[in-house]
Amino acid sequence: MIPAQFEYVAPTTVEEALTALAEGGEDAKVLAGGQSLLPVLRMRLNVPSVVVDLGRIDSLRGVRDDGDAIVVGAMTTHSDVFHDPLVREHAAVLTEAIEQLADPQVRHRGTFGGALAHADPAGDLGAPVLALGATFTIAGQGGTRTVEADDFFEDLFTTAVQEGELLTEIRIPKYTGWGGHYEKFVRVAHQWPIVAVAAAVKVDGGTITEARVGLTNMGSTPLRARSVEQALAGQPATDEAVRAAAASAAEGTNPPSDLNGDADYRRHLATVLTRRAVLAAAGA
Amino acid sequence: MTVTEDRPARREIGNARKRKEDQRLITGRTKWTDNIQLTGMLHLAMVRSPFAHAKITHIDTSEAKAATNVVTVITGADVAEEQGGLPTAWAITTDQKTPVHPSIAVDRVAFAGEIVAVVVARSAAEARDAAELVDVDYEELPAVLDLKEAATDSALTHPDLGTNKSAFWQFDSANAGTGSAVDEAIAEARESGVVIEREYRQQRLIPAFMEPRSFVADPTGEQLTLWSSTQIPHIVRFFLAVVLGIPESKIRVIAPDVGGGFGGKLQFTPEEIITVLAARRTGKPCKYTETRSESLMSGHHGRDQWQKLTLAAKSDGTVTGLKVDLMADLGAYAGVVGGGVPILGAFMFNAIYKFPAYQFNCTNYYTNKTWVDAYRGAGRPEATFAIERMMTELADELGVDQLEIREKNWIKHEEFPFTSVCGLEYDSGNYEEATAKAKEMFGYDELLAEQRRRRESKDPVQLGIGVSTFTEMCGLAPSRVLGSLNYGAGGWEHAAVRMLPTGKVEVVTGVSPHGQGHETAWSQIIADRLGVPFEDVEVLHGDTQISHKGMDTYGSRSLVVGGEAVVKAADKVIEKARPIAAHLLEASVDDLEFKEGRFGVKGTDKGMGIAEVALASFTAHNLPDGVEPGLDSDATFDPSTFSFPHGTHLCAVEIDTETGGVKMRKYVAVDDVGNIVNPLIVAGQVHGGLVQGIAQALWEEAVYDDAGTLVSASFVDYLVPTAADTISFDTDHTTSPATSNSLGTKGVGEAGAIASTPAVVNAVVDALRPFGVKDVRMPCTPERIWKAIHDRGAGGDEPTENAAMPHFDEADVADRTDGASA
Ligand SMILES: Cc1cc2nc3c(=O)[nH]c(=O)nc-3n(C[C@H](O)[C@H](O)[C@H](O)COP(=O)(O)OP(=O)(O)OC[C@H]3O[C@@H](n4cnc5c(N)ncnc54)[C@H](O)[C@@H]3O)c2cc1C
Repeated sequence: MIPAQFEYVAPTTVEEALTALAEGGEDAKVLAGGQSLLPVLRMRLNVPSVVVDLGRIDSLRGVRDDGDAIVVGAMTTHSDVFHDPLVREHAAVLTEAIEQLADPQVRHRGTFGGALAHADPAGDLGAPVLALGATFTIAGQGGTRTVEADDFFEDLFTTAVQEGELLTEIRIPKYTGWGGHYEKFVRVAHQWPIVAVAAAVKVDGGTITEARVGLTNMGSTPLRARSVEQALAGQPATDEAVRAAAASAAEGTNPPSDLNGDADYRRHLATVLTRRAVLAAAGA
Repeated sequence: MTVTEDRPARREIGNARKRKEDQRLITGRTKWTDNIQLTGMLHLAMVRSPFAHAKITHIDTSEAKAATNVVTVITGADVAEEQGGLPTAWAITTDQKTPVHPSIAVDRVAFAGEIVAVVVARSAAEARDAAELVDVDYEELPAVLDLKEAATDSALTHPDLGTNKSAFWQFDSANAGTGSAVDEAIAEARESGVVIEREYRQQRLIPAFMEPRSFVADPTGEQLTLWSSTQIPHIVRFFLAVVLGIPESKIRVIAPDVGGGFGGKLQFTPEEIITVLAARRTGKPCKYTETRSESLMSGHHGRDQWQKLTLAAKSDGTVTGLKVDLMADLGAYAGVVGGGVPILGAFMFNAIYKFPAYQFNCTNYYTNKTWVDAYRGAGRPEATFAIERMMTELADELGVDQLEIREKNWIKHEEFPFTSVCGLEYDSGNYEEATAKAKEMFGYDELLAEQRRRRESKDPVQLGIGVSTFTEMCGLAPSRVLGSLNYGAGGWEHAAVRMLPTGKVEVVTGVSPHGQGHETAWSQIIADRLGVPFEDVEVLHGDTQISHKGMDTYGSRSLVVGGEAVVKAADKVIEKARPIAAHLLEASVDDLEFKEGRFGVKGTDKGMGIAEVALASFTAHNLPDGVEPGLDSDATFDPSTFSFPHGTHLCAVEIDTETGGVKMRKYVAVDDVGNIVNPLIVAGQVHGGLVQGIAQALWEEAVYDDAGTLVSASFVDYLVPTAADTISFDTDHTTSPATSNSLGTKGVGEAGAIASTPAVVNAVVDALRPFGVKDVRMPCTPERIWKAIHDRGAGGDEPTENAAMPHFDEADVADRTDGASA
């Protein structure tokens, strides 16, 4: 299908992009990898007057080491994040999540920042970055600000990024030596998750000393399974102990009902997948 | 088998050649309808109804007409006099109720997606933009959305018809004199045997071909030319003439390369007529290419039946009777095959089993949903699913092995030819051999042992083993049989073989490939028959100026009917060449033998190649008296019977009882499709068919919401599998040559899709037997399976929840658009 007509600008710096956005006002739209935006435009669910393409802003691409954290540029493609050795070493759960995200074509076009800014509750990146306690850098006309992961996801397709602002980079603390696993449940491989669970755990001599667990598609935003995290701390990395802790995974969630399953079924899945994710992350 | 005579040293038939058409098809460097560009060409965009059932009270096209580069906007009222109605070729009874089906709705729409106006503009983008400006007022009417509710007539799909019922059709073996009375058999079994009663749901599917439908109509010149991404160019030409009153001789239809169909392009569509109407009105070439959303919403759908089944058997498992009561959803209109699709399954519920009594009842209903028509297997997958599920249920009831109960009841190989309880004569087959081979490849006994272990240890992962020993009837079809079923056309096929002076060969075929590989297979047949190199054969098709007659491609008919016409035409070429060769060799016709492309004089080394004869016949300098120049020949073949491929398919699935997730472990298909022309093409057809059938079992379903909107309206929610979702299949063959064509071939285009669905569902149910589960509704989603295990939702038998995943909708709700769009 053919999108309605729009003006297209391709700035080369963040400043130029912000200016273009300011000029476009509420009818301006940011284009990253286009994997979510283009279908929306083609189905004419959105009809922006100007599209600001971030594709030529080199400073937004790449992963860098920043001491106790790694920093991912918003325009780094899924594929590049997946292949990045820093991410694999310090945030293994992300590598695993991306490996299962969509298909190779989408992973080569879609971007880390685009996916997070899009904030699809079924998106695969929200739960891992939430669990890892990432910090989001947002640039606006008045300068840049940072937002913690807990405050970034506001609602279905809604984040702390305001009109006229850009998500520029995502800072992820290093979880060196932690185990990570993303357990995604789908009916066909190229599908968004029905439910998925991101787990990062630190195991010391068979005991889980610390755990971070994020849930995908269990509500209008990615969620932290804090009660599971608390229950896991200090427990042995055994099936029995993890099963008991995972039983509360669906607490406080509000999952959707759709063609792939109703809310009850999703609540049940969350407990099973949480157990599996944690055990796999713990290497048990 | 005549083909084994005169066989050249290197036989082409049986050779696993790579397909000669693949380079252009895979790279896309060819002509599809959408990449045809003509000077001055205009583009169309459709305005479609968002409502399932509504009166059109007003259409305002003024703003659209005033938009940039819009040439005209056409409404149903504008063309009410000239558009005619879309035809159905198969009224299954003489009193069938068939609603008028205008291409552009005039005063009422009967499904969401029906066209209400058409914008014609200089570019596709401008047409789309202006379509958003067409303002249509609707007054909603009560919509019929559920098949069982349709039967109550509590609301009417077409108020004028007074009922939703289209027709009732029955076959009864006692009435037909081909068997005994089924009700007696059932009554007897209730007394002293076993009766299995089940109701199964055949969900609605979408053919989901790769190339969306596209049409270009050129009104300039003496003949109106229509390029169409269709399976049936010849039938489209006939219908265009009939519907629009254009002399058939003034119409040329071309199906260039076509990207798949699966029955979805076995249709004469509103969009085809509209493109022609627009071209005639504007005097300019016009193009329309649908979007994927339009394709899913308004291209016809498939299946959609409720099946009530009663099977009677003696307590030793010998079947004594089968009664079938179908309700079939035709959607809003009767399509080209339409109401006939379930009837194509009428003779296949008895399958390979020796039922002495059989009755088939089918009632077709209209609902306010997209129309339903042929989809890969058309009627036979539904029948095969039902009987193969029932035979497994019988085995379970009696506590015997699934294959054992089948073997007890199937036709033994020494009983062929066998006349079924429907009066069809199955020519050949060997169910014992196919089953033995499949069992061995599968490791049947080992897997059963593993299943026992997992059951005993209460393993969270349970193993299920599914069986399908199918047959089907294809190779549509003997014209006389089609006539007796009130079908509007014949089932013959035409071919011509042209010998060019340079020795190259053109084969003209009346079938219309859309991905099957006919060019390769036909070349192999001709190479063997005429003894010419494979590379020297060119296969021409799809253009009614070149392939001037034909019945096109569907129903696994192309090779078994069309291929046979090719053989006959080639044989005529040889017979035309023979007197010329005899004359030039100064020998008697009787002393010539034709072998490996050469006429030789018996007992000498004198001879000449067919290419030399072709040249001599072209120059015509020295022909025998009374012989016309030219060797070109054509032939038409009308089969005497159907083709009956069969096979044994075995499937093992692992079910994760904690999530309901299904993982396929092993799939073995041993098919008997008679002699094989190209094993690679056959493997491709089997693999593709298997995936489509497995997809019905596990993934695909067209779901509507309570307002009659298609919810699974994109590939986000209509789950078409990819290679990543399937395993590597183990396929092999047994060979029982068909006796109804000289190549000994049977159809293979639909076999995989027909056989696999029940094999998979039988496997899923088998895994769940320890939990007391007897059925899971298709598609067997993890949710349904999990609920079946945990006894929530009546054995997983709940309809699918009708909401789509909201990946696009909510964030970006239309800001500046209004009006219906697709
Ligand atoms: C077939 C298919 C399957 C998919 N499957 C999955 C899946 O399984 N799991 C999954 O997680 N995702 C899936 N996706 C989505 C994919 O991850 C997208 O790449 C992602 O959601 C959007 O990233 P993008 O770079 O393409 O962003 P775009 O589509 O370009 O933009 C998305 C939205 O974010 C805004 N935006 C983008 N970048 C910025 C920025 N820097 N600052 C502010 N706003 C911004 C845009 O304006 C737009 O509203 C799938 C997509 C497709 C097409």
